[in-house]
Amino acid sequence: MNYFPALLGGSMIGLAAIIVMATNGRIMGVSGIIAHFLPPPAQDWSWRLLFLAGVFLAPLTYWLVIGEPPLIIINANTPLLLSAGFIVGFGTVLGSGCTSGHGVCGLARISPRSVVATVTFMLTAILTVYILRHVLRG
Amino acid sequence: MQWFSIFLAGFLFSTGLIISGMINPQKVLNFLDVFGAWDPSLAFVMFAAIFVNAIGLRLILRRKSPLFSAKFSIPTRTDINARLIIGAAGFGIGWGIVGFCPGPAVAAVGIAPAKTLIFIAAMLVGMYTAKFWTQHTSN
Repeated sequence: MNYFPALLGGSMIGLAAIIVMATNGRIMGVSGIIAHFLPPPAQDWSWRLLFLAGVFLAPLTYWLVIGEPPLIIINANTPLLLSAGFIVGFGTVLGSGCTSGHGVCGLARISPRSVVATVTFMLTAILTVYILRHVLRG
Repeated sequence: MQWFSIFLAGFLFSTGLIISGMINPQKVLNFLDVFGAWDPSLAFVMFAAIFVNAIGLRLILRRKSPLFSAKFSIPTRTDINARLIIGAAGFGIGWGIVGFCPGPAVAAVGIAPAKTLIFIAAMLVGMYTAKFWTQHTSN
Protein backbone atom coordinates (compact mmCIF):
# COMPACT_ATOMS: atom_id res chain seq x y z
CA MET A 1 0.00 0.00 0.00
CA ASN A 2 1.18 3.51 -0.81
CA TYR A 3 1.25 5.68 2.29
CA PHE A 4 2.75 8.72 0.61
CA PRO A 5 -0.60 10.48 -0.07
CA ALA A 6 -1.65 9.90 3.55
CA LEU A 7 1.59 11.31 4.95
CA LEU A 8 1.61 14.26 2.52
CA GLY A 9 -2.07 15.08 3.10
CA GLY A 10 -1.66 14.75 6.86
CA SER A 11 1.38 17.03 6.83
CA MET A 12 -0.62 19.67 4.95
CA ILE A 13 -3.37 19.44 7.59
CA GLY A 14 -0.73 19.87 10.32
CA LEU A 15 0.79 22.83 8.50
CA ALA A 16 -2.64 24.45 8.19
CA ALA A 17 -3.08 24.17 11.97
CA ILE A 18 0.35 25.79 12.45
CA ILE A 19 -0.61 28.72 10.19
CA VAL A 20 -3.87 29.33 12.10
CA MET A 21 -2.00 29.35 15.43
CA ALA A 22 0.96 31.42 14.16
CA THR A 23 -1.19 34.11 12.56
CA ASN A 24 -4.36 34.32 14.68
CA GLY A 25 -3.32 32.39 17.76
CA ARG A 26 -6.28 30.05 17.42
CA ILE A 27 -6.90 26.31 17.51
CA MET A 28 -7.92 24.99 14.08
CA GLY A 29 -11.11 23.24 15.19
CA VAL A 30 -13.60 23.07 12.36
CA SER A 31 -16.68 22.23 14.47
CA GLY A 32 -15.99 25.21 16.74
CA ILE A 33 -15.43 27.46 13.73
CA ILE A 34 -18.79 26.44 12.23
CA ALA A 35 -20.75 26.57 15.50
CA HIS A 36 -19.48 30.10 16.07
CA PHE A 37 -21.83 31.34 13.32
CA LEU A 38 -24.95 30.02 15.05
CA PRO A 39 -26.88 32.20 17.52
CA PRO A 40 -26.28 33.84 19.92
CA PRO A 41 -24.45 36.41 17.79
CA ALA A 42 -20.70 36.49 18.38
CA GLN A 43 -17.90 38.72 17.21
CA ASP A 44 -14.68 37.86 15.45
CA TRP A 45 -16.22 35.80 12.68
CA SER A 46 -14.26 37.15 9.69
CA TRP A 47 -11.23 34.85 10.04
CA ARG A 48 -13.56 31.89 10.50
CA LEU A 49 -15.47 32.74 7.32
CA LEU A 50 -12.22 33.05 5.36
CA PHE A 51 -10.98 29.71 6.68
CA LEU A 52 -14.22 27.99 5.65
CA ALA A 53 -14.05 29.71 2.23
CA GLY A 54 -10.61 28.15 1.73
CA VAL A 55 -11.91 24.71 2.78
CA PHE A 56 -14.89 25.02 0.41
CA LEU A 57 -12.91 26.31 -2.58
CA ALA A 58 -9.94 23.92 -2.55
CA PRO A 59 -11.84 20.88 -3.94
CA LEU A 60 -13.44 23.02 -6.68
CA THR A 61 -9.99 24.40 -7.56
CA TYR A 62 -8.62 20.86 -7.61
CA TRP A 63 -11.43 19.88 -10.01
CA LEU A 64 -10.58 22.85 -12.26
CA VAL A 65 -6.85 22.14 -12.29
CA ILE A 66 -6.82 18.32 -12.42
CA GLY A 67 -9.84 18.00 -14.68
CA GLU A 68 -11.77 15.59 -12.48
CA PRO A 69 -13.33 16.04 -9.05
CA PRO A 70 -11.89 14.41 -5.91
CA LEU A 71 -13.48 11.00 -5.30
CA ILE A 72 -16.40 11.34 -2.87
CA ILE A 73 -18.67 8.35 -2.35
CA ILE A 74 -21.55 8.74 0.12
CA ASN A 75 -23.57 5.56 0.53
CA ALA A 76 -25.85 6.76 3.35
CA ASN A 77 -29.51 7.51 2.57
CA THR A 78 -31.40 10.61 3.69
CA PRO A 79 -32.58 9.33 7.12
CA LEU A 80 -29.01 8.26 7.95
CA LEU A 81 -27.58 11.57 6.70
CA LEU A 82 -30.07 13.49 8.86
CA SER A 83 -29.53 11.48 12.03
CA ALA A 84 -25.73 11.32 11.64
CA GLY A 85 -25.54 15.04 10.86
CA PHE A 86 -27.58 15.90 13.93
CA ILE A 87 -25.50 13.87 16.38
CA VAL A 88 -22.22 15.01 14.80
CA GLY A 89 -23.36 18.61 15.32
CA PHE A 90 -24.76 18.01 18.81
CA GLY A 91 -21.79 15.88 19.90
CA THR A 92 -19.06 18.20 18.65
CA VAL A 93 -20.56 21.22 20.42
CA LEU A 94 -21.26 19.28 23.63
CA GLY A 95 -17.78 17.70 23.53
CA SER A 96 -16.06 20.93 22.42
CA GLY A 97 -14.39 19.55 19.31
CA CYS A 98 -14.06 17.08 16.49
CA THR A 99 -11.31 15.34 14.51
CA SER A 100 -9.43 18.59 13.85
CA GLY A 101 -9.77 20.39 17.18
CA HIS A 102 -9.38 17.39 19.52
CA GLY A 103 -7.67 14.95 17.16
CA VAL A 104 -5.08 17.04 15.31
CA CYS A 105 -4.65 20.08 17.57
CA GLY A 106 -5.45 18.61 20.99
CA LEU A 107 -3.23 15.56 20.62
CA ALA A 108 -0.36 17.75 19.37
CA ARG A 109 -0.66 19.68 22.66
CA ILE A 110 -1.18 16.45 24.63
CA SER A 111 -4.31 17.97 26.17
CA PRO A 112 -5.90 15.46 28.57
CA ARG A 113 -9.42 16.44 27.49
CA SER A 114 -8.55 15.96 23.83
CA VAL A 115 -6.89 12.60 24.47
CA VAL A 116 -10.03 11.36 26.26
CA ALA A 117 -12.31 12.82 23.55
CA THR A 118 -10.28 11.35 20.67
CA VAL A 119 -10.08 7.88 22.21
CA THR A 120 -13.84 8.04 22.91
CA PHE A 121 -14.94 9.11 19.42
CA MET A 122 -12.56 6.67 17.73
CA LEU A 123 -13.98 3.80 19.79
CA THR A 124 -17.64 4.70 19.21
CA ALA A 125 -17.00 5.29 15.49
CA ILE A 126 -15.29 1.88 15.10
CA LEU A 127 -18.09 0.23 17.09
CA THR A 128 -20.76 1.94 14.94
CA VAL A 129 -19.14 0.79 11.70
CA TYR A 130 -18.79 -2.71 13.13
CA ILE A 131 -22.48 -2.86 14.04
CA LEU A 132 -23.69 -1.35 10.73
CA ARG A 133 -21.43 -3.43 8.48
CA HIS A 134 -21.04 -6.73 10.31
CA VAL A 135 -23.91 -7.17 12.77
CA LEU A 136 -26.92 -5.61 11.04
CA ARG A 137 -25.91 -6.55 7.49
CA GLY A 138 -24.58 -9.94 8.50
CA MET B 1 -1.90 39.47 4.88
CA GLN B 2 -3.75 38.16 7.95
CA TRP B 3 -6.82 37.36 5.90
CA PHE B 4 -4.82 35.79 3.11
CA SER B 5 -2.94 33.53 5.54
CA ILE B 6 -6.18 32.26 7.09
CA PHE B 7 -7.71 31.62 3.68
CA LEU B 8 -4.52 29.79 2.71
CA ALA B 9 -4.73 27.66 5.88
CA GLY B 10 -8.28 26.60 5.00
CA PHE B 11 -7.24 25.89 1.43
CA LEU B 12 -4.23 23.85 2.58
CA PHE B 13 -6.30 21.92 5.16
CA SER B 14 -8.84 21.02 2.48
CA THR B 15 -6.15 20.07 -0.05
CA GLY B 16 -4.72 17.75 2.62
CA LEU B 17 -8.17 16.16 2.98
CA ILE B 18 -8.31 15.62 -0.81
CA ILE B 19 -4.78 14.20 -1.21
CA SER B 20 -5.13 11.86 1.78
CA GLY B 21 -8.60 10.74 0.68
CA MET B 22 -10.16 11.81 3.96
CA ILE B 23 -12.67 13.91 2.00
CA ASN B 24 -14.25 10.62 0.86
CA PRO B 25 -16.72 9.15 3.41
CA GLN B 26 -16.39 5.67 1.92
CA LYS B 27 -12.62 5.71 2.59
CA VAL B 28 -13.20 7.01 6.12
CA LEU B 29 -15.65 4.17 6.81
CA ASN B 30 -13.11 1.66 5.47
CA PHE B 31 -10.57 3.15 7.90
CA LEU B 32 -13.03 2.73 10.78
CA ASP B 33 -13.85 -0.84 9.68
CA VAL B 34 -11.10 -2.34 11.81
CA PHE B 35 -12.78 -5.75 11.92
CA GLY B 36 -13.51 -5.88 8.18
CA ALA B 37 -11.77 -4.60 5.04
CA TRP B 38 -9.59 -2.28 7.10
CA ASP B 39 -7.85 0.57 5.24
CA PRO B 40 -5.27 1.79 7.77
CA SER B 41 -3.96 4.67 5.63
CA LEU B 42 -5.93 7.39 7.44
CA ALA B 43 -4.05 6.54 10.65
CA PHE B 44 -1.00 7.91 8.85
CA VAL B 45 -2.92 11.09 8.01
CA MET B 46 -3.63 11.66 11.70
CA PHE B 47 -0.08 10.72 12.66
CA ALA B 48 1.52 13.09 10.14
CA ALA B 49 -0.87 15.94 10.99
CA ILE B 50 -0.27 15.61 14.74
CA PHE B 51 3.51 15.21 14.34
CA VAL B 52 3.90 18.26 12.05
CA ASN B 53 1.57 20.34 14.23
CA ALA B 54 3.36 19.34 17.46
CA ILE B 55 6.75 20.43 16.11
CA GLY B 56 5.33 23.66 14.68
CA LEU B 57 3.57 24.49 17.96
CA ARG B 58 6.83 24.22 19.91
CA LEU B 59 8.46 26.76 17.60
CA ILE B 60 5.48 29.15 17.47
CA LEU B 61 4.86 29.25 21.21
CA ARG B 62 8.37 30.58 21.80
CA ARG B 63 6.99 33.88 20.56
CA LYS B 64 5.03 36.12 22.92
CA SER B 65 2.08 36.54 20.56
CA PRO B 66 0.81 35.43 17.16
CA LEU B 67 1.59 37.57 14.10
CA PHE B 68 -1.78 39.30 13.73
CA SER B 69 -3.42 38.97 17.12
CA ALA B 70 -2.72 40.16 20.67
CA LYS B 71 -2.39 36.72 22.27
CA PHE B 72 -2.58 32.98 21.79
CA SER B 73 -6.04 31.60 22.58
CA ILE B 74 -5.31 28.08 23.77
CA PRO B 75 -7.82 26.08 25.85
CA THR B 76 -6.71 25.74 29.44
CA ARG B 77 -9.40 23.40 30.77
CA THR B 78 -8.24 20.01 32.00
CA ASP B 79 -11.43 18.67 33.64
CA ILE B 80 -12.81 15.45 32.20
CA ASN B 81 -16.57 15.73 32.56
CA ALA B 82 -19.66 13.90 31.32
CA ARG B 83 -20.32 16.45 28.60
CA LEU B 84 -16.93 15.86 27.04
CA ILE B 85 -17.32 12.10 26.99
CA ILE B 86 -21.00 11.99 25.96
CA GLY B 87 -20.36 14.61 23.27
CA ALA B 88 -17.34 12.77 21.87
CA ALA B 89 -19.18 9.43 22.00
CA GLY B 90 -22.12 10.92 20.06
CA PHE B 91 -19.83 12.52 17.51
CA GLY B 92 -18.11 9.16 16.94
CA ILE B 93 -21.44 7.42 16.33
CA GLY B 94 -22.45 10.00 13.72
CA TRP B 95 -19.00 9.85 12.13
CA GLY B 96 -19.30 6.07 11.91
CA ILE B 97 -22.77 6.20 10.30
CA VAL B 98 -21.92 8.42 7.31
CA GLY B 99 -18.13 8.88 7.37
CA PHE B 100 -18.31 12.67 7.54
CA CYS B 101 -16.81 14.83 10.27
CA PRO B 102 -17.31 18.63 10.04
CA GLY B 103 -14.15 19.53 8.04
CA PRO B 104 -14.56 17.02 5.20
CA ALA B 105 -18.30 17.86 5.01
CA VAL B 106 -17.51 21.52 4.28
CA ALA B 107 -14.85 20.44 1.77
CA ALA B 108 -17.20 18.01 0.00
CA VAL B 109 -20.20 20.31 -0.27
CA GLY B 110 -19.11 21.90 -3.56
CA ILE B 111 -18.42 18.52 -5.18
CA ALA B 112 -21.29 16.38 -3.89
CA PRO B 113 -23.85 18.98 -2.76
CA ALA B 114 -27.04 16.90 -2.72
CA LYS B 115 -26.19 14.51 0.12
CA THR B 116 -23.61 16.74 1.82
CA LEU B 117 -26.07 19.62 2.23
CA ILE B 118 -28.55 17.31 3.98
CA PHE B 119 -25.79 16.26 6.40
CA ILE B 120 -24.65 19.85 7.01
CA ALA B 121 -28.19 21.14 7.55
CA ALA B 122 -28.80 18.46 10.19
CA MET B 123 -25.35 19.18 11.69
CA LEU B 124 -26.20 22.87 12.10
CA VAL B 125 -29.48 21.96 13.82
CA GLY B 126 -27.57 19.62 16.14
CA MET B 127 -24.99 22.29 16.91
CA TYR B 128 -27.65 24.88 17.63
CA THR B 129 -29.55 22.45 19.84
CA ALA B 130 -26.42 21.70 21.89
CA LYS B 131 -25.50 25.39 22.12
CA PHE B 132 -29.02 26.31 23.26
CA TRP B 133 -29.20 23.41 25.69
CA THR B 134 -25.80 24.00 27.30
CA GLN B 135 -26.59 27.69 27.77
CA HIS B 136 -29.80 26.91 29.60
CA THR B 137 -28.52 24.17 31.87
CA SER B 138 -25.60 24.06 34.23
CA ASN B 139 -22.96 21.37 34.01
